[in-house]
Amino acid sequence: MQKESINEIKAISSSWQFNDHIGAIKVRAALGRNNYQVASGLYKIGDPDSKSDVYVSANYKLSFDILRRNLKSINAWILVLDTKGINVWCAAGKGTFGTNELIKQIENSKLHAIVKHRRLIVPQLGAPGISAYKVKDQTGFKVKYGPVRASDIQPFLASGYKASETMRTVHFSIKDRLILTPVEISNSLLALLGVLILFFVLSGITPEGYSIKIAFMEGMKSSVYILAAYLSGAFITPVLLPWLPSRYFAAKGIITSGIVFSIMILTGVISNSFIQTIGWFFISISIASFLAMNFTGASTFTSLSGVKKEMRLFVPVQITLSVIGFLIIIISNFFLI
Amino acid sequence: MKTSPRYLTNVVSLDLDISKCTGCGICAMVCPHRVFLMKNKKSVIIERDRCMECGACEMNCKDQAITVNKGVGCAAAIINGYFKNTEPSCGCSTSCN
Repeated sequence: MQKESINEIKAISSSWQFNDHIGAIKVRAALGRNNYQVASGLYKIGDPDSKSDVYVSANYKLSFDILRRNLKSINAWILVLDTKGINVWCAAGKGTFGTNELIKQIENSKLHAIVKHRRLIVPQLGAPGISAYKVKDQTGFKVKYGPVRASDIQPFLASGYKASETMRTVHFSIKDRLILTPVEISNSLLALLGVLILFFVLSGITPEGYSIKIAFMEGMKSSVYILAAYLSGAFITPVLLPWLPSRYFAAKGIITSGIVFSIMILTGVISNSFIQTIGWFFISISIASFLAMNFTGASTFTSLSGVKKEMRLFVPVQITLSVIGFLIIIISNFFLI
Repeated sequence: MKTSPRYLTNVVSLDLDISKCTGCGICAMVCPHRVFLMKNKKSVIIERDRCMECGACEMNCKDQAITVNKGVGCAAAIINGYFKNTEPSCGCSTSCN
């Protein structure tokens, strides 16, 4: 390949600028994460030549940024696949980080002419989408699966392209879970707001007609219950996940919110008639159970078959409990008990 | 070694046909949860309940010795698929990081 066309390949730096940091914080908080992309194609980092390694990545900017930051003082090529702005693992599950897209990008970037060797370093979590033997058959490039985490690239290279067991295993640490909860919370914020407003409005219904004063007072009370249930399911359960009893996420949510609810009643944070307390208990545990169940999607070890089984068991329970709780509250409100 | 917690028992759809396995070891390599172990030049499932059905092993097995119902273990995706009448699929504006 001629020198001029190599120079046309986009050069990027291994260090992050201010905007990269801000962008990373924003997507972690689920702000504008649907459009955090880089262009697909070939990039160069440092001063690579025909013997330099080729790293394959997704066009989700955070995936790309984390990779380039970990290629500090390495001369390499980065081949970015068009995954519609989705990270490597999710995109591999969908197939957009896939065999055909990889082959297409190899051809489009004329990689055969740019490098003399025939090896590609693909992140291991890309494996659900990539058929290494098919890539070899169709392009001659041998896929080497690298470590799960880009931060292990330097030790991976130092040990002669060998990823240790730890480098090849997905963990789910408390830090990982803390990073993921803001997205979960952010995604369900609208639903939360809707439920809060609904209860404010419904609370004003009395036998003597509608009362704004009662709506406000009772509405405040329901907000405390609902917020506590929400935090129990979407925050406390994910963070304490491995230490809570039961393998079912939905059951873990019930346990957490049951404990939080009991503490609130026992310490007198909130007081109510007996019948209303029962109603709120049912609503609280069903909200928390549902939100905890939704955290299966953020976790790194749940299977489709497992989550289907969990939903078959717990969705009917969640619906029944919330309907009963809702009816108890509405009826007891109406009769002022 | 640090690992993830275990999920439900006896539920995953993973299958390995040992007669087709030629012992290349790629399944043990790509599995993110160390489900496979190579013994006497054959793959063995040692941690079935750790399987998350990501499909990496099946995808990379040139002997077609592995089958698994590949999918996302995500309640929101299943609900999504239920209402849209499609396969479970996360919008990926949802939970997957």
